[in-house]
Amino acid sequence: MAENTTLTIDGDKIAVPAGTTILQAAQSIGKEISHYCYHPGLSSPAMCRLCLVEVEGAPKLLPSCTTQVAQDQVVFTKSEKAQKMRTGVLEFYLANHPLDCPICDQSGECDLQDYVFAEGREHGRGHEPKRVLGRDDFGGDVLFYGDRCVMCTRCVRFMDEMEQNSLLAVVERGDRSVIDTFFESGLEEANWAGNVIDICPVGALVSKDFLHKARAWDLEHTPSICPNCSQGCNIDLHTRDNLVHRIKPRHNSEVNGHWICDYGRGNYEWLNRGDRVEAPMVRTTEQIEITSWNNAIESLAKCLEAKKGDVRAVVSPFWPNEDLFAVVNLLDVLGGGDVVYRSAKTEEELILPGFNGLARRRDLAPNVRGADLIGCSRVGDDYGRGGLEDVINHTGVILVLGDPLEEIPEDLEFKAETIVYLGAYISSVMNAADFILPVTTSIQQEGTFTNHNGRVQRLWPAVDILGAARPAWSVLGELTAILEGGHPSLSKVDQAFQALANRVSEYAGIAYEDLGDRGAQINDTISVMKD
Amino acid sequence: MGYPYSHDQEVPIISKYLGDPEARTLEGWKARGGYQALEKALEISPEDVIEIVKDSGLRGRGGAGFPTGLKWSFMPKDKSRPHYLLCNADESEPGTFKDRELIRWVPHLLIEGCLIGAYAIGADHVYIYCRGEFFEATQVLARAVEDAYSAGFIGNNVMGSGKNIDLTVHVGAGAYICGEETGLMNSLEGRRGEPRVKPPFPAAVGAFGMPTTINNVETLCAVPPIVKNGGEWYRQWGTEKSPGTKLFCVSGHVNKPGNYELPLGFPLHKLIYEIAGGIPGDRSLKAVIPGGSSVPILSAQECENCELSYEGVEEAGSMLGCASVIVMDESTDIVHQVMRMAAFYAHESCGQCTPCREGTSWVTQILKRIEDGRGTEEDLTTLIDLTDQMVGTTICVLSDSVAAPVQSSIVKFKDEYVAMVRRGEKLGIT
Repeated sequence: MAENTTLTIDGDKIAVPAGTTILQAAQSIGKEISHYCYHPGLSSPAMCRLCLVEVEGAPKLLPSCTTQVAQDQVVFTKSEKAQKMRTGVLEFYLANHPLDCPICDQSGECDLQDYVFAEGREHGRGHEPKRVLGRDDFGGDVLFYGDRCVMCTRCVRFMDEMEQNSLLAVVERGDRSVIDTFFESGLEEANWAGNVIDICPVGALVSKDFLHKARAWDLEHTPSICPNCSQGCNIDLHTRDNLVHRIKPRHNSEVNGHWICDYGRGNYEWLNRGDRVEAPMVRTTEQIEITSWNNAIESLAKCLEAKKGDVRAVVSPFWPNEDLFAVVNLLDVLGGGDVVYRSAKTEEELILPGFNGLARRRDLAPNVRGADLIGCSRVGDDYGRGGLEDVINHTGVILVLGDPLEEIPEDLEFKAETIVYLGAYISSVMNAADFILPVTTSIQQEGTFTNHNGRVQRLWPAVDILGAARPAWSVLGELTAILEGGHPSLSKVDQAFQALANRVSEYAGIAYEDLGDRGAQINDTISVMKD
Repeated sequence: MGYPYSHDQEVPIISKYLGDPEARTLEGWKARGGYQALEKALEISPEDVIEIVKDSGLRGRGGAGFPTGLKWSFMPKDKSRPHYLLCNADESEPGTFKDRELIRWVPHLLIEGCLIGAYAIGADHVYIYCRGEFFEATQVLARAVEDAYSAGFIGNNVMGSGKNIDLTVHVGAGAYICGEETGLMNSLEGRRGEPRVKPPFPAAVGAFGMPTTINNVETLCAVPPIVKNGGEWYRQWGTEKSPGTKLFCVSGHVNKPGNYELPLGFPLHKLIYEIAGGIPGDRSLKAVIPGGSSVPILSAQECENCELSYEGVEEAGSMLGCASVIVMDESTDIVHQVMRMAAFYAHESCGQCTPCREGTSWVTQILKRIEDGRGTEEDLTTLIDLTDQMVGTTICVLSDSVAAPVQSSIVKFKDEYVAMVRRGEKLGIT
């Protein structure tokens, strides 16, 4: 236990560990002190001069982002002196700011707007022409609007300290200072540059991809896990009109800190795929027909009942643990069988040197570790293709979850008697399938992914379900219950997770509701112990 | 001797050999008693050297006037990490030209001072950071350093004492802000010349992250005579709070501009009218900037009884700074002068802190507008307000330096500003 320091902030007496800064101490009791250059993930240069507070006995106002707490310190964040100074500093920020909020992407989530609204002057006093720097393409997805920049240098420090590839720098000095890249090189050489857009407190660094796409206040934010590799970065999905518009990092010190990679950030459009299976279908003699869920599940149950012990399954590591486990569980009930998955694997990891344990991992699917733990085996090549010879030549029942088997020719003759496709996307396997059951994707349902390091993390529905799709765990749970003879089926995702935790020893002791928005480590009873 | 002018009321301690080409050479310097103080210092303990300097009451000559001996005593005694002595030769305050002359004429005095200082604080390396534009001075200094190395005053086993002290002359690239001590350290390390947040102070974390002391050229030049003659000897000049002598850089409207070494506490009036030969054409005095462009302007009336000591100038309403006396007679356009100074600071602001980055240029633009006849009286209030917001809110004091002349001139010469505004109104261009 670190030694505590007692101090008073605006009349509230608090105790914080020694070495805490005044700004962090204030944050710990819910007091936000305006700041630009300070970012919890980076060093503090104390140069924006917005977080200055009055400390009793100090001759000058002190920057709260670098000043450490002292015993019996008395801090005033809202004293007349501090307030007046902040109003003054904000006036300086606006001296050359273009005030182009109506066409600025940051509008609505802009610190300058918020701070000026809270503490700025009512009217400007500037009669001077504003400095014009214009727009600059920094490379990659990053666009720079120089006029909006507040020179907090967070972006420069991110590239120096986190990516450790100093592609950005402050050029010139005084009011001619501007952030710039070096000659021909730009942020296209970086792998994590998108983070500078997130940490830019104003609209100076914006995403080209997101440019003028949506207003910040129209977007809904849903916590989620990045589906693009096995690192399991915590993200927020920003959606509007049932479409994902962008991916933003969500802080989790155990996984990704404040950051995500450009690869993960940029790969979201596939989440909006429109070629979706929307209704359950069952093949009757030659034709496949849309039917009700009840009918589909009942006829599938009958079909499976007759063919017990003869099933092969192909699953996708893009589907949550609960769904994958439901497949394994079903096969167990039917008498066993191999469950395989395929996953693309790149040649190298893309490490963020400044943050321990963060990288774009080689496995480009979010739940590879989860699939392994559940007992699925990996087949195929590093492109996530092939390896299905056993399945294609299988003569009994084939169950496919998620994997659209995209490389399989449309007219391929399966040897199987029955093919069940639980999928979200239209697939050529549907030509041969006897049962087509629409399931939800990971951004439409609750569930968990297990990252490469064994951290189980929750998902929340971010977009509406299309058509009649249901989570696979629910469909398969119902099916299994029928096959087991009236066994009560699963009705909630936590039951589905519990079923998994009861069977897979690594998850023992973890309860779904305890995962929260930060997740829990497998094989680690301490992290899941309740107080 | 003095250079280019001298006066018999001067007390030439460090400026004795200004203008004497022979004093530049090692042989010539030794013939003038050079390196005797170093020899003496090496015979006594570093603590004793610090004690002597403390006794002398020598205050930093770079502008802030911090007691030198006390500053040296802040250096940690633990010598497991390298210690550095930096000599600030980035003299760029408008109106100041003392360090350049010292380096040009008595480089060995500076080197000797540096070596004594390094010995006192336990530094094994001295960096002299020269302003980028000091072409001739840097050449003279580099030659002197070379000579001192070959004579065994610098390097391994300094004067047979067993001490190793190295000395490097580093040339800056001509940025005013690199004269700020921590900006200088950043620049020396190859970073952007931006002042650092204090704490930590240089004595704990300075150049290259190591304990560092930084002294002005003139301060270090005063050290050898003090060590040689003792602290009491130095106190025979100056006042109780400002002991010793100081170089006064007199410029502007005087007949004999130049450096004059005078005891601290010397009357300003006398400096202008006797030492510097008075104002040309017998015009009357309008204003004086007593300590370099970053201090408040004194009106002629305030100059009357002003004593040139740290406390004396403060009493008169300004600061002694680096004792760069800029004299302005009645023909001076104060608004233009203040605008020129503000423009200088706007150009030299490093751009880190918002109040300075935006404030210095904003203030300059308003002043330019007033000068153009497009100002209003409201602008004067705005100027006071803006400069208020620039005082004490930044990492270093550059923005305070704009506030001082702007605010003091608006208070003391308001009618000149108002006249400019009126002229514009008459012309109908406001």
